[in-house]
Amino acid sequence: MNRPKHILHKRPQHIDEYPVGPTFRAGYLPDKNAGWRTFRPVIDQEACVNCMMCYLVCPDGTIYKTDEGLYVDYDFCKGCGVCAHQCHVEAIKMVKEEHDEQ
Amino acid sequence: MSSKKVFVSGDEAVAMGARLARPHVVAAYPITPQTIVVERLSEMVEDGSLEAEFMHVESEHSAMSAAIGASSVGARTFTATSSQGLLYMAEGLHYASGGRFPVVMMNANRSVALPWSIFGDLRDSLSQLDSGWIQVYVEDAQEALDMTLQAFRIAEDQKVLTPFMVNLDGFVLTHTYEEIIVPEQEKVDAFLPAFKTPSKMSMDAPMNMGFSSSPADNMEFKFQQHMAMMDAMPVIEATDQAFGQAFGRYYKGMVDAYLCDDAEVVLVTVGSITGTARVVVNSMRAEGKKVGLLKLRYMRPFPVEQLQDNVRGKAAVGVLDKDISFGMEGTIYTNINSAMARGGLSIPTYNFIAGMGGRNISRDDIRYMFDALMEVADGGASRKQVEFVNMGVTIDE
Repeated sequence: MNRPKHILHKRPQHIDEYPVGPTFRAGYLPDKNAGWRTFRPVIDQEACVNCMMCYLVCPDGTIYKTDEGLYVDYDFCKGCGVCAHQCHVEAIKMVKEEHDEQ
Repeated sequence: MSSKKVFVSGDEAVAMGARLARPHVVAAYPITPQTIVVERLSEMVEDGSLEAEFMHVESEHSAMSAAIGASSVGARTFTATSSQGLLYMAEGLHYASGGRFPVVMMNANRSVALPWSIFGDLRDSLSQLDSGWIQVYVEDAQEALDMTLQAFRIAEDQKVLTPFMVNLDGFVLTHTYEEIIVPEQEKVDAFLPAFKTPSKMSMDAPMNMGFSSSPADNMEFKFQQHMAMMDAMPVIEATDQAFGQAFGRYYKGMVDAYLCDDAEVVLVTVGSITGTARVVVNSMRAEGKKVGLLKLRYMRPFPVEQLQDNVRGKAAVGVLDKDISFGMEGTIYTNINSAMARGGLSIPTYNFIAGMGGRNISRDDIRYMFDALMEVADGGASRKQVEFVNMGVTIDE
């Protein structure tokens, strides 16, 4: 599970910098996509047994692994809670987001 | 092989034009009155005279989806439809234009149900004016073949990359037989270079195709589509001229004006009825009546300036619409009034709704339209701006 690196797309300044239609080299992401999350999944690294169930069930592919353990990419997690619901060892807690009231 | 003359229907002329363009993929579903196009193309693939993948699909929605898929990887792609089939494709039409996939499609203009009818009018394609496709309307079988060839060159131009709809009047063009010239394959090959997609799929450079876009970018893509359509106008003119040089038939670009220069009144027509109208103009000219005829060839992009140039200073302008946008007026009339208003032209305009659902439009009907326009020019009483011509019954005024 090599997690591909996000290449941030530089915002075009002139119309000619846009691709011809919505087709472009794969791997670029112009936007983060998580703004409407109400609860965020938080993985308890002590309780986690690295079974990878959360990785399998995440509909947005936001669970990734490092040498230290499993983590959630909050730039793309929508907060659906499927990972917490499916975790056999209850290592994932859904924690209320505290958005700035603007 | 030299060019040859053959006696064929409009549908067969389109199939012959499509074969000459050497498409890689044909994906189409048969529907009256387009069916013969699909039959002939499948026979050509079967007998080996057309080396293309003929995709059998279960519907027009699938035909357009398959065409988009083929075009997206750089295949030259042809399809054809009509009426209900075009409407069933409607979702895909926007995908093709938004994706900038230069699919070429023949559409046999046919009435839209209900009441169910297989006969001709323009309510199918004109309802799709906003789908982002280039729309040309042809007058005869020769123009149908020739525009099928021009369509690929225009649609695949790197400045354009926009799908192209070639419209033929159902039955009047699709099922009547005419003598046409079939160009030589070598000359067509020289006229029509291979399609080069700007978004080629490869393992070295994987592409994300047909992505979504947030409000921060979406409007820019739509602006691009608009600019591509505007940029198509000079490409259409240049392509028509190049075609004329190569094959000896030049269609005068976006509009074909007939005796408009000194005319007092002008009637605007689209498609095959132009031939009948030209006969009426000739007989009225013989009587000394200064009438002119403007054959509007393209509905998208719309030739705003060419239209203005041909009606400026006239006493009245008539528009023949084989369609109606219920509760308003004919769609061609709407477009022409807008173009005239943008040029500051305040000329009285009159909309003649005729020939819907396959009703005949006779020389007498067109004579009636010109007489009405001349009456206005001579200072006659004001008349209804939107009028149904040749109704079979009396109606309350």
